[in-house]
Amino acid sequence: MVAKKLNLKEKYRALTRDLDWDYDYADRKKAFPYEEFEGIKITDWSKWEDPFRLTMDSYWKYQAEKEKKLYAIFDAFSQNNGHLNVTDARYVNAIKLFLTGVSPLEYQAFQGYAHVGRQFGGAGARVACQMQSIDELRHVQTQIHAMSHYNKFFDGFQDWTHMHDRVWYLSVPKSFFDDARSAGPFEFLVAISFSFEYVLTNLLFVPFMSGAAHNGDMATCTFGFSAQSDEARHMTLGLEIIKFLLEQHEDNVPIVQKWIDKWFWRGTRLLALVGMMMDYMLPNKVMSWKEAWEVYFEDAGGALFKDLARYGIRMPKFVETTAKEKEHISHQAWWIFYTHGHAAGFHTWIPSAEEMDWLSEKYPDTFDKYYRPRWELAKEMEDRGERFYTNGLPQLCTTCQIPMGFTEMDNPTQISYRSSDFEGEKYHFCSDGCKHIFDEEPEKYVQSWLPVHQIYQGNCGGADVETVLREYYKMNLGEDNMDFKGSPDEKRWNEWKGKGVA
Amino acid sequence: MSKVYLALQDNDDSRYIVEAIVDDNPTATVINQPAMIRIENDGQLVVRRASVEEKIGRDWDMQELHLSLITLGGNVDEDEDQLSLNWNT
Amino acid sequence: MTIEIKTATLQPIRNTFANIERRFGDKLASRYQEATYDLQGEVNFHYRPLWQPQHELNDKSRTQIKMADWYDLKDPRQFYYGTYVQQRAKHQEATETNYSFFDKRGLAEHLPEEVKSHLITYLIPLRHVEHTANLNNMYGCAFGYGTAITQALLYNAMDRLGNAQYLSRIGLLLDGNSSESLATAKQEWIKNPAWQDMRALCEEMTTVEDWFEVFIAQDLVVDTLIFNIFYEQLDEKLAAMGGRDVALLTEFMHVWSKDSSRWLDSVLKTVASESEDNRALLESWVKQWRQKTLEALKPIAAAMLDNSDALDVADAQLETRLNKIGITR
Repeated sequence: MVAKKLNLKEKYRALTRDLDWDYDYADRKKAFPYEEFEGIKITDWSKWEDPFRLTMDSYWKYQAEKEKKLYAIFDAFSQNNGHLNVTDARYVNAIKLFLTGVSPLEYQAFQGYAHVGRQFGGAGARVACQMQSIDELRHVQTQIHAMSHYNKFFDGFQDWTHMHDRVWYLSVPKSFFDDARSAGPFEFLVAISFSFEYVLTNLLFVPFMSGAAHNGDMATCTFGFSAQSDEARHMTLGLEIIKFLLEQHEDNVPIVQKWIDKWFWRGTRLLALVGMMMDYMLPNKVMSWKEAWEVYFEDAGGALFKDLARYGIRMPKFVETTAKEKEHISHQAWWIFYTHGHAAGFHTWIPSAEEMDWLSEKYPDTFDKYYRPRWELAKEMEDRGERFYTNGLPQLCTTCQIPMGFTEMDNPTQISYRSSDFEGEKYHFCSDGCKHIFDEEPEKYVQSWLPVHQIYQGNCGGADVETVLREYYKMNLGEDNMDFKGSPDEKRWNEWKGKGVA
Repeated sequence: MSKVYLALQDNDDSRYIVEAIVDDNPTATVINQPAMIRIENDGQLVVRRASVEEKIGRDWDMQELHLSLITLGGNVDEDEDQLSLNWNT
Repeated sequence: MTIEIKTATLQPIRNTFANIERRFGDKLASRYQEATYDLQGEVNFHYRPLWQPQHELNDKSRTQIKMADWYDLKDPRQFYYGTYVQQRAKHQEATETNYSFFDKRGLAEHLPEEVKSHLITYLIPLRHVEHTANLNNMYGCAFGYGTAITQALLYNAMDRLGNAQYLSRIGLLLDGNSSESLATAKQEWIKNPAWQDMRALCEEMTTVEDWFEVFIAQDLVVDTLIFNIFYEQLDEKLAAMGGRDVALLTEFMHVWSKDSSRWLDSVLKTVASESEDNRALLESWVKQWRQKTLEALKPIAAAMLDNSDALDVADAQLETRLNKIGITR
């Protein structure tokens, strides 16, 4: 008997989805209860195309190889005091924001993919999600291990998980992922696999990690790129899920479009933090936020949406606003943090003269006109010994939870305010995009745990900001917060480098 | 036509992979950035196992590509012998 | 230019993260500790899940088991992702050697027909049980509380997918990669009356709500009984029938079971000793699932094994384990 041999695709099917069977004894809907409430219609899970074909044996083998290399670098990094090789101690603040703001999202991704990796009725999709779940756990853990060494020499890393649950600006990333995980399983995948992983995370990982390398941070660069080697699989899953949903039923198209609109905007708001990391927090620059946006969203995303047009999918709503925002958003975001630097768990600073020249060159239409004068004024005040901090706490956008400091993009001197009324209450937003998201699902967003509201309502252990920072956030005041100039981080750095105090 | 792309970590294996890609995709552009190499091409790009094996001088499993891959853009089709990226427009 | 760095100035300013210091004191921490404790969000969730508005996103009340600190359920293997995959890669490499040896020497052809038919009827359908175990461990991972237990459940879920894939590859070795034996084995699972009670039990487990109950049913009760019956008793019978070489192909499951039992016993011991309420709850779940599973295994054990006390042997092993853990007294 010469039987026909299976090719890779058929073999993978036999080793994954063929493990499942049609139930005869229990109610399958009870075993997979969350597949229908979002209105998505799946007529045939067998049409699922496996985005990649890694069986567990190869998974263990290749991932173990990646981990072996990665941990060898971590060991070498800490044995050789690799933190001394970064360009400048200001740089380290970018990775403080990364550990407190991004790593907990990797954790939530692990949880979210575990949930859908159990709940989807199709075994092919389940297995793909399970692998992403364990990959995401890898990412958070390797990030902790990479930062573990920095934590021993710099302030601001030490209570990252406690801070993520509480600190005002960290509710921006936290609420983003809470939003995705609290949604149904299909929205979660469109939100994270497609809108975030496929359309936007390149902006987080690729230029930023290249930037880490450029700033002498081998530990971060290595975990970043090593994580990205999993990300290529995740992106493929993102594109596959979109095509699958669109091909399953025409009724899915408007639902998916609505989710793309929502999650594109939610994602761009989250990435405002990355924009300021790239433009202001990396001493050696790789590319500007605007350039990164053009390469990784406008070109790459443009090609993607052209490809999806055949299903009736159009570019996300408010994409034209982002074309204007790329000129402004990083400057405005850094300004918000600079002026609230007393309440942040990392240091802020005024860009140096050379850095301002670089910003002028990269943002010829906006930097000199709108932002340079602001920084020069801040510098004058600092020189007089009156480093500027805003009194009081900012009002937050109900949707993205970023302080309301962004402007109208057609008039960058005018702060943008939008509001909606719902059940007798007024809710405030930073943009049309955020207002639109609220208006679509007000019952969801009225639940937002807005840190500033919570402080004023006395739910954060004290009425005055200092008590909240010290007691509730567990910040070490005078160490973690305030300007980089005069910080213990700066002092130690100068001692290590044999420099006198500037 | 839309561009497809992939980016690899700048390491020894990637050098051979890039050589193989350039041979198989003569119109591809190679861009070196800190710690990474980006390769892009109009419409489509293919990585062939046989070509990589020829450059690297040993058996090479298609899935080994994932050890060095940083990101990609385009619809992916992967089997034992090649990985291809394309846009339908 | 050389920069002189005085070693005194290069002293670390702290030994570990603050949450680890609060738990274990101001000293260097292990990678397992830093990658496990307090990773999961605890408070200030923004929105209730649309799919379970009665719960928070991370919520202790998804099980009746109560722990003062869910991070007490630490993994004695100290698996975080890196140590987990490296450990499994080692087992995988040894297993790959066994499978390719089996393949290259054509050992499948030398197996007596009766052994092959036993494999297809009884051993290979177990891949569907492993698939159920994958779902059940994912369930605990998604609904459980605290990284200590949820990460271990994920590793176990992936192990079970791996087990299912190795069992499938036994089929592919028998049928020369055509997957015919897998199709036949699936028909056995779907249609053979001897399997139906077990299949019904698997289906039922995936509809149970309390994640800790699912964990007890699958990883403690079903797995203990199945392991003895299929990987010990059936293994012995196959050896006696001239199928000793099959042991090459099931070695991975033996290594996995030993490894996984060390974790499971330690975790359950901690839960049972936390409070009398916990212990009593575990006992009542065990009682219920033990009875169901023994019933479900009766027809398949009778068809597959010659000795009529096969189930008693397996059940005695379960009893020993329950005593050791401290669930029954």
